[in-house]
Parts: sequence; C-alpha cells; structure tokens
Amino acid sequence: MVDALHIIRDDGSADPRLDPGLSEEDAVRLYRGMSLQRILDNRMLALQRQGRIGFYGPSLGQEAAIVGAAMAMEPEDWIVPQYREPGAALVRGMPLKELLCQLIGNAEDPVHGRQMPCHYVYRKGNYLSISSPVGTQIPHAVGIAWAMRLRGEPHAVLVFFGDGATSTADFHAAMNFAGVFRTPTVFLCNNNQWAISVPVAKQTASATLAQKAPAYGFDGVRVDGMDALAVFRATGDAARRAREGHGPTMIEAVTYRLGPHSSSDDPSRYRDESEVALWRARDPIARYRRYLEHAGWWDDGREARLEQEIGDEITRAIQEAERAPPPAVETLFTDVYADMPDHLRDQRDAFLAPRGR
Amino acid sequence: MPAMTMVQAINNALREEMRRDDRVIVLGEDVGRNGGVFRCTEGLLDEFPDRVFDTPLAEGGIIGTAIGMALYGLRPVPEIQFMDFIYPAFDQIVSEAAKMRYRSGGQFTVPMTIRTPFGGGIRGGHYHSQSSEAYFCHTPGLKVVVPSTPKEAKGLLTASIRDPDPVMFLEPKKLYRSSREEVPEGEVLVPLGEAAVRRPGKDVSLIAYGYMAQVCLEAATKAAAKGVEAEVIDLRTLVPLDEPAVLASVKKTGRAVVVYEAPRTAGFGAEISAILAEKAIEYLRGPIVRVTGFDTPFPYALEDVYLPNSDRVLAAIDKVMAF
Repeated sequence: MVDALHIIRDDGSADPRLDPGLSEEDAVRLYRGMSLQRILDNRMLALQRQGRIGFYGPSLGQEAAIVGAAMAMEPEDWIVPQYREPGAALVRGMPLKELLCQLIGNAEDPVHGRQMPCHYVYRKGNYLSISSPVGTQIPHAVGIAWAMRLRGEPHAVLVFFGDGATSTADFHAAMNFAGVFRTPTVFLCNNNQWAISVPVAKQTASATLAQKAPAYGFDGVRVDGMDALAVFRATGDAARRAREGHGPTMIEAVTYRLGPHSSSDDPSRYRDESEVALWRARDPIARYRRYLEHAGWWDDGREARLEQEIGDEITRAIQEAERAPPPAVETLFTDVYADMPDHLRDQRDAFLAPRGR
Repeated sequence: MPAMTMVQAINNALREEMRRDDRVIVLGEDVGRNGGVFRCTEGLLDEFPDRVFDTPLAEGGIIGTAIGMALYGLRPVPEIQFMDFIYPAFDQIVSEAAKMRYRSGGQFTVPMTIRTPFGGGIRGGHYHSQSSEAYFCHTPGLKVVVPSTPKEAKGLLTASIRDPDPVMFLEPKKLYRSSREEVPEGEVLVPLGEAAVRRPGKDVSLIAYGYMAQVCLEAATKAAAKGVEAEVIDLRTLVPLDEPAVLASVKKTGRAVVVYEAPRTAGFGAEISAILAEKAIEYLRGPIVRVTGFDTPFPYALEDVYLPNSDRVLAAIDKVMAF
C-alpha cells in the first residue's frame, strides 16, 4: 500500500497537500453514499437468504472505491458500470425503490425483470446497462467518450471494472483505442484482489495493474482504494484532465472484496480468514468516519440517526417494491427491436391466444 | 444515371448518408487512407476527415467502441474487413449490441450497421470466404441483410444505416465487381424485411440470397431450356424474414429448393425449410431440397467444388420435379 495515493491519515486528518477540500455537506454526502451501499448490501444478502430475491452481489469493502469515484463525476458525464456498483447508481439518482424492483424483477422494474439481480440501468443518470460477461463494457466507455469528443462536448466517462477484467481482450482493445484516439475516459480498476477464486497474482505477472497504462500511452495511478478521499481526488483529477482534452487515465484502486463474489459463492473455499481480517481492519467506512470526526462533522448521535434513516428508507423501498406484481407476459416480446417484427408478433400472438382453440 | 459496381454503390450510399447525417461515422481497419481493402470507403476520409477512422487492428475494439458511439447518439458504420475476422467481436455483437435495447427496457439502443464482406468465390481459403450469417440470424436483436445487386446494395445499406437497431450488412464479395447496374444518385431506399422475386415461375421455387441468388438465376435459365419454369426468390433480408413472400411462392409452385453457400447443418436455409414444412406442407408436391456448401471448413484449391453452382441447383430441381 505504500506506493498508492492516500490522503486520510491514521488519526483521521487529511494530508493537507492532497486534501480535495470537500465542504461539510459534500463530505457527509460521500459518507452517506458509502453507508447506504454497506447497509443495503447487508439487508439484500439477508433478503436473498430469505428467498425474497434470487441472487445478490455485495460490494463490502469497496465502498470508497465505488462511491468516492462516482461522486467525483459531473451530471453530464457518463458512468459505465461493471456489476458491483449499486452505490454509484444511487449517487446518480437511481431511486432505491427502482433498484429494489430490479432485484426482485417485477412489473415496476423498468427492465421488466429481464435481467438477473444487480444488473441495474438508469438512463436519467447516464448510468449504462450492465451485462455479466467481464470486461465487455470497457470498449463502450471508450466509444461513448470518443463520441463526446466528436461532438465537441466537454464531458468524460468513468468506467468501472475489476482486476480480473484486465486480463480480457476487451480491456486491451479499449485501453489501446483510448490511447490512440485520446478519448476522455477514466478507467477505474477496482483491484479487489480476487476474481471469484483467482487472486490477482494469478491474473497477471505485472507488479501493479496501473503500470499497464503507460504502455498504452497514458498515465496509470495507484490509489488506496480504502481511502474515499484518495479515490475522489484521483478520479476528479482524471475526469478534469479528460474534459480538458488531455486524454484518458487509468486508476487502480487497491481495495478488497470483504464478502463473497455473490450470494452463490463461499470464499472460505479459496482464501484464508486471516487475510480477510487484515483488510477488514482497513475498513473504508470506519476510516472515512475518522476523517469526518476529525473535521468535527460527525459523532455517535449523527451516526445513529443516519443508520436509522437509511434503514427506514430501505425498509420502505422493500415494502413498496414487494407490492408490485410480476412483469406482464407481453413484456417478454417487447424491446427486442424498435418495432416488433412479424415473426415475433406471431410467436407472441400464438402464445397469448386462448388455449384449446 | 451512372453504372456502378456493388463496391461503387456501397461507397455512394456511405457518402450520401454521411452528407445527409453528420452522426454517421465510418471506422475500421484500413477504411481511411486506403479506402478499405475492397475500396468500399474510398475517398470518404478526404471528404469527411473527422468522421472516418483507421482503427487499431482489433475487431472487438472496433465493434465495442462503435457500440459506445451508438449509445451516445451517433450512427456508426464499422467495417469488419472480412467476415472471417468477425469472431473476436462476436461477444460484443451478440451479448452487447443485440441485447442492449432489451436489457435496458429501451433506455439505451445501438443504431449501428456492421458492414462486412462475406462468402466465397475469390480464392480466399478458410479465412476470406466464410458465410457465418446463421450465427447472427440466431441472435434476437440483430437484423441481417444481404444485397445481391449494386442498386439494391445502395438501397439496403441506406435503410440499414437509418434503422434504429443493429444491422449486420453482409456484402457478397463475389458480386462486388462482377457486374454493373444503373444506380441513381440521391436517395435510394430498399426497405428491410422485403424479399424480391427475381424471376417468376410456376414449377419450382428457388430460395436464396447473396451470390447464390445469381446462381439460382443461372440455374433457372438452364431449367427453362428443359421446360421447367423456376421462380427465384432473393430474400435480401434474412432477419426479419419476408415469410409471406416465401410462402406465397411455394404455395404457388408446390416445390422448393433452398440454396445457401454456408455449411449445410443448421444453416439459415434449414430455417426456411422448417418454415415451409410447418406452414406449407399441404402444398408441397415433393421434398424440400437443400443445395449448400459442405460441412467442412471452406477450402482453397477446391473452392469451385465446395460452392453450390447452377448445375448442382439444376440437379436439385430435377430431383424435386421427378418426385
């Protein structure tokens, strides 16, 4: 961790040379975003165990590297997610109820329950639709950023991916295109040390992931991914440079997946609890709280109120979402094309026709 | 009205669409300064220096970034130099472009036309000859278009570029320069999803697309000499298929020969055969016969043996007529 950018010191003070200088309001908003993702994860894992949602992928441990990055982007920028960033979708304004409806896959899910849980999409927040194959979103982020340049619009794209994704052909192609065409893309690699059961040391022989960027002709920076201020600072700097026409940046946020890959995964099969404990001691939320407390912006009372407030919001969202019926059968056939072609219309009509004719 | 090869007609369609709509972007390997290895994009870089891009050699990157452009509201027309090279981009096409509208509930769409030369007939061996349309026809969310004349290449490409969904535009390279046709300047549109009757006939329907439509016309001429009137249906769009046109023809003739140059097993013609068996079996006076490439990799020296020709189609006509 010594070679990674960090700002919050052990006593909670911010390194004055690097402190992004957040206002109290923004600083608390960042904390709220991280706390929301943490509490949401724990509630959703419980909901999954109760069989009320089919699957869940938590982000435990990666709150700073997700929410800190998303908070650094402007509303007209785009966010291209991997699949472990619900906190980023919420930062972009996705209503909690809509997120819950996606997890359940019901009639009020804007995607009509077509995707398995955690594949959120939120067009109003320029938050792209998610697919499960790893790394496929990285070239999209480059293409979107390229289009921004072609249209002369001074925006940037933040794309999330993990350490495993750096092994894919799509990562290579995307980094290469971004370098050649100098697209305003911020590549945010959440190096959480594990791609399901494969550790990063087996993913690559590179000493770091960030060091791959210079080979593509742009900077790679390594930040302490458990330090929300460091992630916020690095992402904000990279996005600013991108918007100003200075091209892409890759950020390697060194973090850790404290929980399972998903509700279907048992990490005790492949990693030692001692390693997890080591990282748990670096909990990004506890660390950021020390920063807030050091600044005089936080105390036990505010913490208790926040937990209560978030808990109530989630409870309300669950209750509202669980009232919605399953998706209408007709939605199976819509949105395949802009206009339903005849063969699909025939299949739909044949299926929906009263039986026994 | 100038006489154009298919290459020139494609170039003309791209140029006119780029003039009409500044969202149209051309990108791919060698499409800029070199004008494409078949010259389909010749001169476009000169006229549109900010909208034509020679890309790094990475098909997944070409399609992946083109998807991003389309997501942001542009109308990219990426070229894959040969369809045989498309497989590194397969995931981007089938998992991403094809599913984006569905998986986002229409919040995000990918109006993109992927142009790629396909099919045999130019002595290209395994890797410059394949017809892999079936993979893409099997993927909901994609449209698949195959022109067979210069004028229709212009009309179909123009319609594809304006289409709101991702289109695979497969250019039969055997037909790139094999003939010229009068192609009007200005707007030419051939709607997607409409087949053409190339030659009317009452005895047997020959159903094909691309270069094989030409082969079927030759076979129909030979059949006519023997007193058999073959009708040639050129599908032009495989997805969405003009099923009424196919059914109308076969219900009239009562006989069907389906011709495609791809390997036989699970080729697109197998779908045509299945549709005929399901929806027109009571009109059939003989078996549905397929004339296809063999279930082998595409060969080099024996290309002419592999590719269906008019004699093989004629033999199939004889077989179904004699049933």
